[in-house]
Amino acid sequence: MATKTQELTQKGGQHRHRALGLSDEAALRIYEVMRLARAIDERMWLINRQGRAPFVISCQGQEAAQVGSAAALEPKKDWVVPYYRDAGVALWFGMTARDEMLQFLARKEDPNSAGRQMPRHYGSRERHILTTGSPVGAQLLHAAGIALASKMRGEDAVTATYFGEGSSSQGDAHEAMNFAAIHKLAVLFICENNGYAISVPQNHQMAIKDLADRAAGYGFPGVVVDGNDVLAVYEAAHEAVKRARRGEGPTLIEAKTYRITAHSSDDDDKRYRQAEEVALWREKEPIPRFAQYLRQARVLSEELDREISDRVNREVDDATDYAESAPDPSPDDLLKHVYAQESR
Amino acid sequence: MAERTLVQAVRDALAEEMERDPRVCVLGEDVGLKGGVFKATEGLQARFGPERVMDTPLAESSIVAVAQGLALEGYRPVAEIQFADYSFPAFNQIVNEVARIRYRSNGDFGCPLVIRAPTGGGVRGGLYHSQSVEAFYCHVPGLKVVLPSTPADAKGLLKSAVRDPDPVIFLEPKKLYRAGREEVAEGDGALRRLGEAALVRAGRDVTAITYGYLRVVTLQAAARLQEEGIEVEVVDLRTLRPWDVETCLGSVRRTGRVAVVYEANRTGGFGAEVAAELAERCFESLDAPVTRLAGPDVPAMPFSPALEQAFLPDADRIAAGLRRLARF
Ligand SMILES: Cc1ncc(C[n+]2csc(CCOP(=O)(O)OP(=O)(O)O)c2C)c(N)n1
Ligand SMILES: [Mg+2]
Repeated sequence: MATKTQELTQKGGQHRHRALGLSDEAALRIYEVMRLARAIDERMWLINRQGRAPFVISCQGQEAAQVGSAAALEPKKDWVVPYYRDAGVALWFGMTARDEMLQFLARKEDPNSAGRQMPRHYGSRERHILTTGSPVGAQLLHAAGIALASKMRGEDAVTATYFGEGSSSQGDAHEAMNFAAIHKLAVLFICENNGYAISVPQNHQMAIKDLADRAAGYGFPGVVVDGNDVLAVYEAAHEAVKRARRGEGPTLIEAKTYRITAHSSDDDDKRYRQAEEVALWREKEPIPRFAQYLRQARVLSEELDREISDRVNREVDDATDYAESAPDPSPDDLLKHVYAQESR
Repeated sequence: MAERTLVQAVRDALAEEMERDPRVCVLGEDVGLKGGVFKATEGLQARFGPERVMDTPLAESSIVAVAQGLALEGYRPVAEIQFADYSFPAFNQIVNEVARIRYRSNGDFGCPLVIRAPTGGGVRGGLYHSQSVEAFYCHVPGLKVVLPSTPADAKGLLKSAVRDPDPVIFLEPKKLYRAGREEVAEGDGALRRLGEAALVRAGRDVTAITYGYLRVVTLQAAARLQEEGIEVEVVDLRTLRPWDVETCLGSVRRTGRVAVVYEANRTGGFGAEVAAELAERCFESLDAPVTRLAGPDVPAMPFSPALEQAFLPDADRIAAGLRRLARF
């Protein structure tokens, strides 16, 4: 059976982050990236509701699972293979608010796909973020392949791949875990279990309560973690990274969390879930929770929190202005990059 | 008779067939409580229960292959794939299993299964919610492929697909789901036979053979050319496999000029098959080269509106192509 968070060491009490090896600055950086991810997301909904962008898909509620795990990795050395909610992961790995808005509005300058892909389909070779498609589950196998390359080169880089609990039903997800296990590949399989795949609740998706239990069947550890507790996520990811770097193979981390928004701007979640359930989870939101912890640990003062808010808001304003006045792709861009330039 | 949109007509067809035949059942992602991401199955679970309208795990190969098991055991499943783009995780099951069951068992087993999927672009769906997948499936003997573009055709053809003894890939142009309404008959009066094209506009000068969303755009182009004195005859194939060669031949023999208009990538698209067959069968009637007006050879339709427009053939481009043929 999978390990539960409470069985992991929870040392440190008021200063858990220090016990985990995180400086005050590092903890604040995690907090600020979570805040930035949320603020960008909220702005996207605003722009969408004003009719200036056709589609939003949200990270709201899942910032701790994303940033907490990404913070255990080493950007530029390690790789992330995200899915379409992973704003927190992408920001940690170097995407900026401007990049987010350029992608959201499908501008030519969008560093992910120059306006080709829908919002939140990240990708940048320079930043070690693998380009993301929409068909769910496929990316887990790519993570195995990237980790195999690291192993063949004798490097200790780690690859973290992200997916929803619904996507774990794809055959590709199973195949990836099996493959990574056989070759003891340095992969973190990070499931952001938000309880739903669009409208389909977890109990129609699988007969088990903890997806992490599956890891045992492949032959590697599975860990259940409170996905709204950013330090718990960090701790689980940090352990898994150490294991992976030692050549001991993959870990499956199941971060239990909740999607605060509808699936996307095209979805009406009132059709399939109770408002009370959403309200209950709003109480457990990861950002206020971490803020409270940081205040209690005397790392975050009211003044500092205001400074962070101002900085985040300025960044989002700047990004929005910048992206809104940035040019669209030109029609002849349509035909570029079907094949390598040199293969003509 | 009631006024229906295309997506309502799909829902009516499913409801009527489920009412008529207790073996008919629906399965797919989000088809139950939510009623499908396009609402094509709205209300069906409340009416027929969670077993006959089942939310599946997020795995297309499972959806198709489990539906196949049901079909082999006497049920009449209608599997929904949320977007045609996501039929590819089930490609092996569709091509190697569903399509070959009858042949490989020497007729011992049949697979009366319908696989519904929204298809095509123009809805800002980006690379993976816009693809036209029909050519992949039209290539496969053992499958039938239907692609209606009006509410009445959608209803009549879906009802026939459900009753068909063989597997049918039923592609619904999502851009037309709510584009317009028309009177749609109820019950058996709504039935349309598979494999019959519709002559949707008569004209002497040039034939345009089309299907799906581009039927609408081709008709716009035809109206524009009418003002220039060019009469375009428009044929909507409706079923792509088997397709109605005779109706197309008849039209081309009258006009001597033909373009096949389709949204998918030009190379190897279904229109290429139509063009080849017509060139072979009515060479002596042709006054101009058989022409394809199609989407570009780019992997899929991008999200940016500028790029989406550049991909999707519009009335200007189709009119220009037909004009060229008429003046040839
Ligand atoms: C192969 C495939 N099938 C269907 C879809 C349509 N789709 C997009 S997101 C989604 C639900 C995903 O749920 P989950 O994996 O739990 O992630 P979440 O959205 O909850 O974060 C579905 C069915 C898809 N993108 N890819
Ligand atoms: Mg989910």
